[in-house]
Amino acid sequence: MSLLEVCDITKIFGGLVALNEVDFTVEKGSVVGLIGPNGAGKTTVFNCITGNYVPESGDILFRGKSIRGKKPHKVVELGIARTFQAIRLFGKLSVLENVLAGRHCRLKSGLLSSLFHTPAQRREEEAAVERCLEELHFVGLDRVWQEEAGSLAYGSQRLLEIARALASDPELLILDEPAGGMNDQETASLVDVIAAIRERGTTVLLIEHDMRLVMKICEKLVVLEHGNVIAKGDPETVKTNPDVIEAYLGTDDGDDEEY
Amino acid sequence: MSFNARTIRLGSCMALGLVLAVLPFLVNNYWTDVCVSIGLYALLALSLNVILGQAGIFHMGHAAFYAVGAYTTAILNTMFQWPIFWTMPLAGCAAGLVALVVARPIIHLRGDYLLIVTIGIVEIVRIALVNDIFGITGGSNGIFGISRPTVAGFRIVKSFHFYYLVWGMCGLSLLLFHFLWNSRVGRALNYIKADDIAAEGCGVDVSHYKLMAFVLGAFWAGMAGTLYSAKMLTIAPASFNFMESVIIFAVVILSGGSQLGVLVSAFLFIGLPELMRGLTESRMLFFGLAMMLMMVWRPQGLLPPLPRVYTKARAVLDRMAAHDSDAKPSTTQEKTL
Amino acid sequence: MEFFVQQLLNGLAVGGIYALVALGYTMVYGVLKLINFAHGDLFAVGAYLGLTLLVSCHLAQMLPPFAAVLLVFVLVALMVALIGYLLERVAYRPLRSAGRLSAVVSALGASIFFENALMLIYGARVFVYPDFLRPDFTVTIMGFSIPGMRLLVIVVSIVLMVALQVFMLHTRVGAAIRAVAIDQGAARLMGINVNRIISLVFLIGPGLGGAAGILVGIYYGQIDFLMGWSYGLKAFTAAILGGIGNIPGAMVGGLLLGVVEAMASAYFAVAWKDAVAFFVLILILIVRPTGLLGERTADKL
Repeated sequence: MSLLEVCDITKIFGGLVALNEVDFTVEKGSVVGLIGPNGAGKTTVFNCITGNYVPESGDILFRGKSIRGKKPHKVVELGIARTFQAIRLFGKLSVLENVLAGRHCRLKSGLLSSLFHTPAQRREEEAAVERCLEELHFVGLDRVWQEEAGSLAYGSQRLLEIARALASDPELLILDEPAGGMNDQETASLVDVIAAIRERGTTVLLIEHDMRLVMKICEKLVVLEHGNVIAKGDPETVKTNPDVIEAYLGTDDGDDEEY
Repeated sequence: MSFNARTIRLGSCMALGLVLAVLPFLVNNYWTDVCVSIGLYALLALSLNVILGQAGIFHMGHAAFYAVGAYTTAILNTMFQWPIFWTMPLAGCAAGLVALVVARPIIHLRGDYLLIVTIGIVEIVRIALVNDIFGITGGSNGIFGISRPTVAGFRIVKSFHFYYLVWGMCGLSLLLFHFLWNSRVGRALNYIKADDIAAEGCGVDVSHYKLMAFVLGAFWAGMAGTLYSAKMLTIAPASFNFMESVIIFAVVILSGGSQLGVLVSAFLFIGLPELMRGLTESRMLFFGLAMMLMMVWRPQGLLPPLPRVYTKARAVLDRMAAHDSDAKPSTTQEKTL
Repeated sequence: MEFFVQQLLNGLAVGGIYALVALGYTMVYGVLKLINFAHGDLFAVGAYLGLTLLVSCHLAQMLPPFAAVLLVFVLVALMVALIGYLLERVAYRPLRSAGRLSAVVSALGASIFFENALMLIYGARVFVYPDFLRPDFTVTIMGFSIPGMRLLVIVVSIVLMVALQVFMLHTRVGAAIRAVAIDQGAARLMGINVNRIISLVFLIGPGLGGAAGILVGIYYGQIDFLMGWSYGLKAFTAAILGGIGNIPGAMVGGLLLGVVEAMASAYFAVAWKDAVAFFVLILILIVRPTGLLGERTADKL
């Protein structure tokens, strides 16, 4: 059984077919890349997995159970965490508090124990802070834990989003263009981080435009074009697939926004 | 820098607490009564701050829950002879229940749509009270003959009794809401205020927490309603109109979101008009003008909350650094889950 | 049937007035995302200024009624527009970069200010509009005799609304307003003077509101200083009902609200009419969270 099974999902926006029976699987422990030209529907696939959209037909299985139609916070609780293509940090809150947001769903203190500041709540808080600082250390941002998240450099903000996602103990981490807007040096350290995430045993599914990065770290690629999967398999096979060359690798891709 | 700001705030809090503790001995009954009124508004504003200031829910109908609490106490006391303090938790629960029922279908509405709906709720509640709904609210005359509260045989009658009752409740609320702010729940509300889609995407159950903030705030407003009934002995729908909601709302916005800010803002909003009593007719004119000027003067509010303190974080970081220098230095440290 | 039709027309007349006031809310909201709570009071100011011009300045005696009313309409619209413009400069512009709710509180303050200014200047009593201005003919359509005044209010408000819509859709300035409403930054890059457009909106909205104030004065024959609150709240409700920021929405919302109120008074209970209006609003928002004609923008991720 694969960790994630996307089974023939179709998503329609006002008559426009954004995804047409998209079907692929993500094996446990692997790093899978979802690629394709702009507007191919990559982010839409992500949004269907994370519960932001509900596909019109098809199903999404995580650990063999359907997660179609579950609310996004429920999906995180089940073990799928994400980052956003257009960075969505809580800019006015501190770096640490951003990571604590990811930890939220693993904590248990409710309204009453929070109001009355019970010893159990205090212990849980301390453990959560420690755990989140470890995640910050993991991505190399522990030194700036007190800064406002919005004041960080672009590349650091991307890493912070990853730390925030990791804090929820995900089994599957979904990264939407993690290298978007990064310089070469930042991209290089991102490759290290993704490798380390994999060593932790966390499965990664990512969208990325940087083909060098994709070829280097992914063991499987899924290629989308106009909402259809036109190829899937290991990078070498995909690279030589004539459809892919025509649709994607041959054409020039910009870094435009995708909806 | 933040250390200084924090020290100044802490100092102001203690100074304010000290002044409040001895105030009734320094001023006459009239001003003690004014301070009771300020205390009630502060209590209402502290509870609205959880909804509006912390969670960022545009709620301009807090007077509705205040009314539900006040009427619950008045009805239980005058019709069933319940002692005032026994009615307090029930007043809170009644207000909280109304909030839960009303908010459930509308809590997902965006900003201004929610604002008008909450205004509508105040109006519906007020009209229902005026029209003597269920035949127990006494119509536009309201309910009179509410009895004095007693604590362990001691009757709370005098102004300064009420002063300590109301401000004691304020002090307790300050403490509890401070704990709340410093918790997982408080942070969740802030995430929602900042970006609810990102909050949901991080695993925060947005509707659940919005509803929680709403019900908690309403519960508190209901308890404030009990205190109001006990102080006034007579309550009428006119005391819970839209203007009340507007004032509570304005107190929270002017405060900037911190609890100290709420207290200062309550003193400005309720205390200043009292100082302007000599102006008689033109008092409200200047009140409106002052509202504009204060916002123009401090667009972000008087005292926005300072960042939270994580005292243990430093120690954890030091420990991690020590561990690092022991182990072989590498760019990415391996972690076990 | 006769009763129903009369109530319907009554509702449409009141609704037309709501719609005119609602336009001011919705236009300002469109460009600034601000609920201008003082707008209802600007409408009341219009009603009082109209009264002053007609009675104290004896315009009503010097000119034939029709000309007098027309002249007063224009003068009052101009004066209220000017007040609206000043209000934006003084109370809202300094708050533009702050949180949206700060400006809302400033607007609430302005509302209290105007309301009490009216009370102090004119007094707290009810004022009567000269009744000879009220046209007292009746029109018979399909067997129903309809008071001419009622018909006139409906016609005038619809003409004003259509004129505004034509202005918005078919002029360069209208296009600029729409551009600013969609994206201020992009509009600025396209060479639109955003501040000037915002000022313009604060001229048009209050101008229409002032005109609506006179309409109320003539239609009901009397005005009081609290009318700003009650009509303002209703008009704001209407704007939200139709989908705030949307001009046709404000018209639809206003007319619908007027009819709902008229029907609630006629067939339910007058005492509950406002509660029914809000209840309908809540029900509609539960079904359509962004109002009847509001855009349902999907959350961009």
